[in-house]
This record gives sequence, C-alpha cells and structure tokens, in this order.
Amino acid sequence: MMRLLATLRIAWRALRRNPLRTVLTALGVIIGVGAVIAMVSIGTGAKVQVEAQIASLGQNVILVMAGGVTRGGVFSGMGGAGTLKIEDAEAIRNEVEGVACVSPEVRVSAQVTAGNANWNTSIYGESEEYFDLRRWPIEDGSGFGAADVRSGNRVAVLGKTVVKELFGETSPVGQTIRIRGVPFVVSGVLSSKGSNFFGQDQDDAVIVPYTTAMRRLFGITALRSIQISAAGESLVQPVLDQTTALLRQRHRIPEGRDDDFHVHTQQELAEMATSTAKIMTTLLGSIAGVSLLVGGIGIMNIMLVSVTERTREIGIRLAVGAKRRDILMQFLIEAVTLSVGGGIVGVLMGLAASVVIARQMKWPTQTPLESVVLAFLFSAAVGIFFGFYPARRASRLDPIEALRYE
Amino acid sequence: MEPVIALEKVNRIYQTGATSVHAVRDLSLVVMPGEFVAIMGASGSGKSTLMNVIGCLDRPTSGRYLLDGVAISGLGPDALAEIRNSKLGFVFQGFNLLSRTTALENVELPLLYAHPPISPAEGRRRATAALAEVGLGARASHLPNELSGGQQQRAAIARALVRRPAVLLADEPTGNLDTRTSVEVMGVFQRLNDGGMTIVMVTHELDIARYCRRNVVMRDGRIVSDKAVEDRLFSADQLRELDAEQQAVQLLP
Repeated sequence: MMRLLATLRIAWRALRRNPLRTVLTALGVIIGVGAVIAMVSIGTGAKVQVEAQIASLGQNVILVMAGGVTRGGVFSGMGGAGTLKIEDAEAIRNEVEGVACVSPEVRVSAQVTAGNANWNTSIYGESEEYFDLRRWPIEDGSGFGAADVRSGNRVAVLGKTVVKELFGETSPVGQTIRIRGVPFVVSGVLSSKGSNFFGQDQDDAVIVPYTTAMRRLFGITALRSIQISAAGESLVQPVLDQTTALLRQRHRIPEGRDDDFHVHTQQELAEMATSTAKIMTTLLGSIAGVSLLVGGIGIMNIMLVSVTERTREIGIRLAVGAKRRDILMQFLIEAVTLSVGGGIVGVLMGLAASVVIARQMKWPTQTPLESVVLAFLFSAAVGIFFGFYPARRASRLDPIEALRYE
Repeated sequence: MEPVIALEKVNRIYQTGATSVHAVRDLSLVVMPGEFVAIMGASGSGKSTLMNVIGCLDRPTSGRYLLDGVAISGLGPDALAEIRNSKLGFVFQGFNLLSRTTALENVELPLLYAHPPISPAEGRRRATAALAEVGLGARASHLPNELSGGQQQRAAIARALVRRPAVLLADEPTGNLDTRTSVEVMGVFQRLNDGGMTIVMVTHELDIARYCRRNVVMRDGRIVSDKAVEDRLFSADQLRELDAEQQAVQLLP
C-alpha cells in the first residue's frame, strides 16, 4: 500500500514533468470517454422517451389486427383483409374473462371542414371505452357514451391538432364539423399526447363512434382492429390466449393453419421500440468506443516514447535494486493514471455535453450511472491494456545497457 | 574473518553474433571486509566487466562468486536486484542522479525498493543522515542541476550508503571531476573506509588509485598485479598542499 502510494507519486511527478504531452495524450481518452457518455446519454434518453410513449398507449393493452392478404404478390397491409367483424369484438367482450375495455376500431383518412377551414386527418371509429382504454382524458367537454355508439350518433371528439387547425384558439365544443360532408357535433377535446415513437402526431385525429364511422361515413363492415385492455397486468396473457382461441374458433381456422389476424401486446410493442433504441445506443456507443481505443493507442505510443527517453532512469532504478515488477508497476501506473485521469475528465465532459444537447437540441438525454461506471472502468482497462507492453519493455531492460544509454 | 567478495575462476564471455569476446578470464579475487581496492587497467582490460559482475549487474558465464556469503552465480534478475539493493552501493562516473528530483529524494531511492518496506518517515531520517555523512546536509532540497559536480557525487555516495551496504562500488568516481573535487571525493571515501566500509573502485588514474589501500591491475581479462599501496595519499594532506599552491600562485606578483 505504502509502496503503491510511492509509485503513484512517482507516476504523478513523471506526468507533471511534461504537462502538454500529458494533456494531449489524455485527450484521446477524454474524447473517447466523453463521446461514450454523450452517445449513451442520447440513446438512453431516446429509450426512456419511447418507453414513456408506449406507456401512453394505455396499460395492459392488447391489439388485435385483422390479417393482411396477398393478392397477385401484393401485400395489402395489415388490417386490410377484412377478417375482423363487430361480432368478433362483441364475442370478446362477452366471452373472454378478465377484459376491462374493448374498442372495435376503424381508421380512415378524410377531410374535415368547419366553416371555411378544412384539414385532412385520420378518423378513428372507436367505442365509448376507447378513452378509458387509452387513458386519454377529455380536456374540454365530454366524450361520447354507449348510447351514441348504439345509435350511431354523429358526435366527434377532436384531437388538439385538429382543433388548432379548424378552430384556432376558440373552443369547438358544441360546434359542428363536417367529415366528408357529413355534419358531426363536437362533444369534446382530448388532452394532448404528443407524437408517438414512429413520429406520428397522435393529436391529429378525430374520434367518432365506430358504428357511425362504419355505417354513415365509410360504408364498411370490417374492422381494422380491436383494442382490448386486460383488467390487470397478470391477466394480459390469459386474455391474449383466450382471444386468440376464440377468434380462431369463430373464424373456423383448422389446427395447423396460420391465424388470419395478429395479436400484439403493448409489451411487445414496447420491446420492439426499445430494442430499436437499444440498437441505436449500442451503435453510438461502439463508435464512441472506437475513439476510446484510439485514445488507448495514443497512450501506448507516448508510453513507448517515455520508456525510451527514461532508459537511463530505469537503469538507475534497476542498479539501486528495483525489481522488474517495480519498474513494470511504475510505468503501468503511469499509463493507468493517464487513462483514468482522462476517464474522469471525459466523464465530466460527457455529462456536460449531454446537458448541452438536452438544452440546445431539446433531446431528453439521460445518463445511466452504470454507463459512467463502465466508461470509467473501461478507461482504466485501456490504460492497463495499452500500458502493459511499454511497461513490460521497460522492466525487461538490461541494467548495464540502460545505464550506458545516452 | 569471511571475505566480502570471493571470485573463483570467473569467466565472462560476450557472444555477439559469430564472434565472442572473452572479457574476464579465469579470474579469482578475494576482498576482505574493510579493504579499499582500486581496480586499474587500460580500456578493454575487462575492469568494467569485472565491476559489473561484482556489482551483480551482470552474471559470470562460469565460475563462482560469493558476495557477503551469498552465492550469486545462479540467481535470477529479481534476486540480483534484491542483492544490489541490500548489499551493494553504486557510485558512477556520471553521478546518475535522477534529474528534477531533490538530492534527498535521490538518496531515498534505494529505500523505496527495500524489503521489508521502510516507512517514509524512517526513510527520510536515514537519507538525511546519509547526506549529513557526506557533508551535504545543507543541500538536501536542491535539485541535481543546482549542485556542483562534487556535490552531485557526494549525493550519489550518500545514495550508495543509505542502505548500509556490505560493499561500496565506485566506477571511475572522479572521472568527471576536477583535481580538487576529486581529492575531496576521495577524502569522503577514505573517511568511510576508516569507518569500516569496504570499497572497491575502478579507475584509470594512477594518483587516484594511490588513495586506496590495495591496487589490482588488469590486462586482457586477467589480474597482472595485485599489491598493497605503499606510498598512500591522504586527502587531508593533499588538500592542504593544494591550498598552499593556490596561495603561492596568488602571492606571485
């Protein structure tokens, strides 16, 4: 321990002897570690944001999409096969245990007008349970009720973006809008949800009862999808299994054939999205890691120069009784001091950079503690790895040769 | 009394490619405690190689070497390092002090590698004492480039002394010094030798060798002459003489 302290002092003194060189050498590691921290912060920020958005989809949500069809080699897209019917949704509602909310769903893009203003947006046909299911509160006015759905009333709930485009600052509640020329009364305005992880503005939508949408607006009989929420987290899987079984039975799909629908849980979506974020984090992190590697090579280079320059010093130390291990440790500790010092400064720079990125680019960066610890340990490892060869070379010098070195 | 250094039929052959250089041939030498030996010889006589062997910096190709009762011939690099640290003190022609390191810290250097470890406080105490012993106590905190050649060599002697070695080895210790400083440094050696320290030094200067008690002359890797110094010089007398000469010069009109 005492010896280690003494060795540390020697290393510190050797590094202070040539401050510019020390700083330039450490700069490689500083930039490397700083880049790793900044990149991981960006990646983690993205991941956290995606997770928050997934959570905003509602809890314990299961999405049943109608299957796609391939006609003449062209895939019609998910939900295009028309395999899901209103009766399927009703059957799920009545027969599957553990279901909290069910909302049959159609989505069509249409032009909406109000007075002189018009706007192209998505029309969602949903049930009255949709707002609960998505945990999407009504900010102004009210949603529509079961009676509206039953009778196919022409009521609409608007997203924030639509309100802004059609009504500006005035409240649209009680006003009339026309969807494809059909008049609807605005019953409420949804609170803002922002954009989802695909970058789509979730507030750019008009929600109407699905019955109205299917019969009065678009004249369609098939659903795009059914959204279901389970009554508890532990019920998600049972509800999913039951729903799948029920739909297979209803669609008369024989054993061994594929489903003509697709079931996704919110968990799956979350995993999909976070895995994308993870890939991004890994990619950014490894690019930054390469620069850390370059920093390590810089340390090795300078340590080799340093060993050559200090051959005589090594000779003196060997002559007065330093063992090979002592010399090895001296140079290794010097390299590690360089890299760890660079690591500490790099961590601080990385943290500063992620704060600046968060402020200037409105990117919600987040620095996980383990990435700081990891970058720090990695920088120490870089010092040991790249310092070892020069240190070993120093320790293997012949004392007579070293003393003779000019 | 046991000898401090006992070399028995020692050979050192350097192999450089196809040619081999027989630097030391069948050399036997015994040095008893308290001796003050000068090894002399022309360049190429093998005196430096012999010094390296005695100093455990080099291993003999064949033959037996006992240092303070320890057989050196079969030891590995780290064991040799430990021997150098605990039993030997080196003084070099070029002083070989670490630059940008104070005299005191230079003297502490061997203590850093001591086994068992010596506490920093104890190390400082011993180093200070060693510097005082060579008359450099007041200059402990000076850097080598702030010291004169003689002072640097004194610091180097203090470094060699600090571990209380069995033998002090000096390789041309006065080679880089002027006459007066050389005499002063030899005075330091004489004082240490009078105190019982065994000293072996290499020199090619005949008058410097006369400060020692025994002169060994080498040629072609062999000892050709080994005898006690009859007309020994003493540093104190010589310094007085130098002072007188100096005064005489000044008195001249």
